[in-house]
Amino acid sequence: MHADITLAVDGEEHALRVDTRTTLLDALREHLGATAPKKGCDHGQCGACTVLLDGRRALACLILAVAGDSCQVTTAAGLADGDTLHPLQQAFIDHDGFQCGYCTPGQLCSAAGMLQEAAQGWPSAATTDLTAPPVLDDTEIRERMSGNLCRCGAYPGIVAAISTAAPHTGVPEGSR
Amino acid sequence: MSAPVHPRSAPTAPGRAIGADLPRVDARAKVTGTATYAFEYPVPHPAYLHPVQATIARGRLTRIDTTAAEALDGVRAVLWHGNAPRLRATDNAELAVLQSDQVFYRGQVVAAVIADTPEAARQAARLVRLDYDQQPHDVDLSPHRGDLYAPKDDHDQGDLEAAMAGAEHALDATYTTPMLHATPIEPHTTTAVWDDSGLTLYESTQGAHFARQELAPLLDLDPQRIQIIAPYVGGGFGSKGPLHAPTVLTVLAARAMFGRPVKLALTRRHMFDQVGYRSPTIQRIRLAANAQGRLSGIGMDATVQTARLAEFIEEATGPTESMYAAPHRHIALRAAELDAAVPGWIRGPGQCPGMFGPEVAMDELAQACGLDPIDLRLRNDPDHDPATGKPFSSRNLAACLREGARRFGWHDRDPAPGTRLVQGWYVGTGVAASRYPVVPPAGPSEATVRHLHDGHYEVHIGAADIGTGAWTVLTQIAADALGAGVQDVQVRIGDTALPEASVAGGSTGTMSWGSTIVAAARAFRDRHGTAPAPGAEASAPLPDNPATEQFAMAAFGAQFAEVHIHADTGEIRVPRLLGAFAAGRIINPRTARSQLIGGMTMGLSMALHEQSIMDPRFGHVVNCDLAEYHIATNADVADIQAHWIDEEDPHVNPLGAKGIGEIGIVGTAAAVANAAHHATGVRVRDLPLTLDHFLG
Repeated sequence: MHADITLAVDGEEHALRVDTRTTLLDALREHLGATAPKKGCDHGQCGACTVLLDGRRALACLILAVAGDSCQVTTAAGLADGDTLHPLQQAFIDHDGFQCGYCTPGQLCSAAGMLQEAAQGWPSAATTDLTAPPVLDDTEIRERMSGNLCRCGAYPGIVAAISTAAPHTGVPEGSR
Repeated sequence: MSAPVHPRSAPTAPGRAIGADLPRVDARAKVTGTATYAFEYPVPHPAYLHPVQATIARGRLTRIDTTAAEALDGVRAVLWHGNAPRLRATDNAELAVLQSDQVFYRGQVVAAVIADTPEAARQAARLVRLDYDQQPHDVDLSPHRGDLYAPKDDHDQGDLEAAMAGAEHALDATYTTPMLHATPIEPHTTTAVWDDSGLTLYESTQGAHFARQELAPLLDLDPQRIQIIAPYVGGGFGSKGPLHAPTVLTVLAARAMFGRPVKLALTRRHMFDQVGYRSPTIQRIRLAANAQGRLSGIGMDATVQTARLAEFIEEATGPTESMYAAPHRHIALRAAELDAAVPGWIRGPGQCPGMFGPEVAMDELAQACGLDPIDLRLRNDPDHDPATGKPFSSRNLAACLREGARRFGWHDRDPAPGTRLVQGWYVGTGVAASRYPVVPPAGPSEATVRHLHDGHYEVHIGAADIGTGAWTVLTQIAADALGAGVQDVQVRIGDTALPEASVAGGSTGTMSWGSTIVAAARAFRDRHGTAPAPGAEASAPLPDNPATEQFAMAAFGAQFAEVHIHADTGEIRVPRLLGAFAAGRIINPRTARSQLIGGMTMGLSMALHEQSIMDPRFGHVVNCDLAEYHIATNADVADIQAHWIDEEDPHVNPLGAKGIGEIGIVGTAAAVANAAHHATGVRVRDLPLTLDHFLG
């Protein structure tokens, strides 16, 4: 069974016909040739496929493409403003927040989504005071980024990069 | 398609690139998601492959019914041993996929579906019916089996039994490490195109030439007709070193679909039975020492498993041969051939599991002798290699222990175990030694230097960067060798169209490819001088190093861990991990730190989480996904530091560099286990350190 859907990926509209079993991840990778969302496990266990779906971080492997119909998808490729890297992307380079690079686009989308969640006051398992806005210290960043596995072990660089870039991402003050 | 080049690097002055803290040359491609890994090359109208796996561990296929699968819309073919293209037999039976009716382990690929879409291929694979003549299987590893064999000669010296009997302090204990999987985040992937021009593979591999060298004889094909392209690889950790069956399977499918590209990406579950694993190890360790802690006897009897299908031996006794000296030593490795998948390279093969037992045993001995564990190691630090009698080209274990102790704050440590309870958590610290040998490269290398124009150069070598930073450090090495800045040098890697390079394995990449580039740059200057014409080029192979005959060569390190264990729940946290290493000259401190910390993180993961659990009833790994095979997450890693001492070793190679890709994982788990003992008084000799060890 097939269905016609539209996806806006990194600001560009696409109309496509998909097998209704096709995941959003396979639609992006196999139908649209997007290389930024990665397939690491296809089970929602590694985070390599993380994209921003209507602004929130989501695992593209756990969403059927038909369920993403008419959604706005932002991949790591779409975080940059033309040739100007997003502050998180530049910070990942500066802090060597990756080695092989395969989990990296997912880490970046996850970080961008995570900063918004924190700005909106969402607590995490590491939040000690649930009555105050969360303070994004290293423990909070580690906890909130633990859905994105990095087998190369670049976690210290990832945390340093997010911590450094956070004030430059346009996420509202008072939440960091 | 040719190997990519990157935007020019931040500039360095001529001759100043080695040692500079430079960002990766491939960084921008990776953070923008534009770096293309093996599944992501745009090929026209690809077909998708999905394997069908054996559901018994030993026996013979009696019937394969592909009717329902072939009837499915979009299915192009179902391959099995009755219709698959023939392979020429080689000495690696693991690669003889779909060549016979024999089943050697549960999970072996016995058929495969080729379809127009991944969804159809997957659905059809489930419709293939298999009938077997099933035989009893055997996957039980034990040091008491009657059929163990010796894959290498025993190392015997003096009389260990007598030394144990007469020793002031004698330790005899058994340690185990579980089956482990490499688990790169990019699953093994192949895109294969077989057409009139030959065979082209986009492959996730640690060695394009190495893969081609294994593939060509199987296919009876001139290697020049095979091109393997792999500039970006999503982690390897050994599993992408040697060729595995799924690559061959994809090539067979491409042969069957002549002219049409075929793609296979293993699922995460396939990653647990198709691409090797680290054998479990059982290590009986014996140590004999006098009252001052001087070793008089060292014993290691290690048992590992290999597979009935093909042999791979985890040389877990290797480190003990060279680590500490004693007049009486007995070191023996035994292997059991099981009806299981074929083991293989995982980061620090032999070295990593083989340092766990001995380095925990040294901690136990230190306690028995009433000595600080650093002091015990310093008293037994040999001045010649105990295995060969050769002098070391450099051995700075003592300096690593001292420097690590200073940075970690070891000096005022209270040695008593189980006495520091802080807010409900037992607190302890531990240390262990690390070692990784300077391994000879697993094959030849050659590099070509070409002058483009006006002092801009290209350097070609078929090397691999699996996340190690090789692409970046080779650029730095080439720049200094040519007297140029890194901004003037582009290095191309990851393609068999480039000069041959050895596989990324054994932590040899920087040493062998770097030395080759240095030789090529010298050849270039010898031939073309300092004012070369545009298009001038020169090539050179990796030079021999006669010093490897004269010296024992290895990198050393010391790892320190602070462990907190909850008094009520047994929950274990590692708030601090610090490594001090002596690995020769460091080419790029940024990528080197990441390599060492990455290795330590994998060692931490091994200490706390990782174990592949074999179900003996069926002969397969049951926890075959990332929800059940746990690897370290961001929240597991707190303050982790890697430092190095200045080590000048003029003998290892022209660069003075030793390998850094694997030493970080060697010793980490022992340091954590030793710290856990210091925290709680509970001695854990079996990895991983799950909380049940600390309850009751």
